[in-house]
Amino acid sequence: MTDAIPTQQKPIPVTVLTGYLGAGKTTLLNRILSENHGKKYAVIVNEFGEIGIDNDLIVESDEEIYEMNNGCVCCTVRGDLIRVVEGLMRRPGRFDGIIVETTGLADPVPVAQTFFMDDDVRAKTELDAVVALVDAKHLPLRLKDSREAEDQIAFADVVLINKTDLVTPEELAQIEDIVHAINPSARVYKTSRSGVDLARVLDQGAFNLERALENDPHFLDHDHDDHVCGPDCDHDHHHHGAMSPIHDVTVQSVSLRGGEMNPERFFPWIQKITQTQGPNILRLKGIIAFKDDPERYVVQGVHMIIEGDHQRPWKDGEKHETRLVFIGRELDHDKLEASFKACEAAA
Amino acid sequence: MPTVAPFDLDGHILAVEFLGDTPFFANAAGTIHRLDGGEKVTEAHQGMLSCIRDPYSESLISGGEDGKVLRIGADAGVTELANAPRKWISQLAAGPQGAVAYSYGKSALVRLADGTTKEFTEERTVEGLAFAPKGMRIAAARYNGVSLHWVGTAAKPVDLEWKGAHTGVTFSPDGNFLVTTMQENALHGWKLDSKAGAEARHMRMTGYPAKVKSLSWSAKGKWLASSGAPAAIVWPFQGKDGPMGKAPLELGTRANIMATSVKFHPVEDILAIGFIDGMILAVRIADSKEALLRRPGKGAITSMSWSKNGKLLAFASEAGDCGVVDIAA
Repeated sequence: MTDAIPTQQKPIPVTVLTGYLGAGKTTLLNRILSENHGKKYAVIVNEFGEIGIDNDLIVESDEEIYEMNNGCVCCTVRGDLIRVVEGLMRRPGRFDGIIVETTGLADPVPVAQTFFMDDDVRAKTELDAVVALVDAKHLPLRLKDSREAEDQIAFADVVLINKTDLVTPEELAQIEDIVHAINPSARVYKTSRSGVDLARVLDQGAFNLERALENDPHFLDHDHDDHVCGPDCDHDHHHHGAMSPIHDVTVQSVSLRGGEMNPERFFPWIQKITQTQGPNILRLKGIIAFKDDPERYVVQGVHMIIEGDHQRPWKDGEKHETRLVFIGRELDHDKLEASFKACEAAA
Repeated sequence: MPTVAPFDLDGHILAVEFLGDTPFFANAAGTIHRLDGGEKVTEAHQGMLSCIRDPYSESLISGGEDGKVLRIGADAGVTELANAPRKWISQLAAGPQGAVAYSYGKSALVRLADGTTKEFTEERTVEGLAFAPKGMRIAAARYNGVSLHWVGTAAKPVDLEWKGAHTGVTFSPDGNFLVTTMQENALHGWKLDSKAGAEARHMRMTGYPAKVKSLSWSAKGKWLASSGAPAAIVWPFQGKDGPMGKAPLELGTRANIMATSVKFHPVEDILAIGFIDGMILAVRIADSKEALLRRPGKGAITSMSWSKNGKLLAFASEAGDCGVVDIAA
């Protein structure tokens, strides 16, 4: 209905920064604001706190969660962001991107959903990536005493394991295993003093259907023996088989692989899964091969919100296979797999 | 055909209001531009978020990203009323006897003419403010309803509850109704019963394809016009029960072009409707007769204002292409 906006501009990318108090968010923000990378960012924070930089593009905002009146418990958005983004976007020439810093205990979902569910916000901005900072030293403790720490990792596109200088290599390997167990599809970087290359944090296009999976040639490959690492492969090559026992993790992921799908069975299936199990699904991503379709179809979802589109033609020699990952709680792997397999064209 | 005098500015123009016969345009960048025999510019804020006309005096009230609340006179003289460093002042209301209300976070503040300030704290963020037409009473819209506070007394606030996020609030001119805009595509209304202890009655006004961002009462308060659809949706408030059980009028309907701003004429039951493509129509309520006031422009109409005698209509756009329509020409 609102298609005909004559002054339409390219949407402004939004990066969401999550992580517990002390995980290094402020250090990372200060780097983004002060380093010479040629871009300007507007930053929405809950408290000015320790950001030592005086910048009129830093906006303080009280976290204000709205439940939508549609009967869906997981349909929540951040009301304060709607208003602040509206204000910022009246003068879009001032910055190249927006960064939203959440409080340590924040649930990242309402923040992300704001960029899908509010029409005005969606018209002018686009969620770029959710970045979670993890304190290597304190993660095990955080997982014990809160669900949010786990949710933040589960929901992230990029996880920075920070303060690696404070732990032994063995402890670090265990932290990595935990992060991979919670979220196998996130890109994981190990840093100290939030010293990550900003190009790995900003402008990721993780929610952009055209780019999301293109940037990750190994999407869902990490737990497969037949994966051959190339020069651009930056994940670690340790043995997942020797996983240390992980306690206190309630988030699980279900990875599904199949052949070509029958769209008449696949679409009703994924609709039904997201409608009935939406509250338990934190993220879902997938590449779908449809029978007789020359193009790859990609899907992504947050709780009950799901979107999908054709991404690009299958390359010559590329295997026409379907891959899906669900990250969430109380997911029934066997049931999901059986119903998924029933959508295969050959089924 | 009415004539349009264009007035091209740079940037997003938030609001336009007449002081006397001079239109004042409020730029999101923080400047006030007035057409007074030529363009005159006043630096007001480092980033402006809201600008309203004080209905009780010849002045504007503005709020900014710089935390300031300013009064701007007809001579464009600026008086600072309040300064809350680093807070965004996006909600304002002007009341009787020089009172001004503004908010940040969970606080609604009322500054009286003598400079004293009263603070009302809500449990959730204050998203809209309005003074009642009678008495020194302020309404603060918030999540799950509206709180009504008497400014001058320590009386307990009246809480009007309705589930959901209320993002703006307005009283009917007679003070009998209170209407909010909501995060969902709907308005909610309460019939304010004068009997103490009586339950306020609810009015649900739904069916909009988009959020309602602009509301306007007709001169005598018989109609409430709203944006949020590819037409102006106009609710009847003539009866004592308001629009309950009645269908709204749909005026100036266009196929798929959204109305973004509505403004009733100060005397006649004539409505100006601004659209997302910059077009402006005037529609007479009595017979739904339409007149084109302005062809589509560069951006959505954000605000419109009639001169006191109703012969001029000034309009503002998010792309800066503003102007004044001379209806009588």
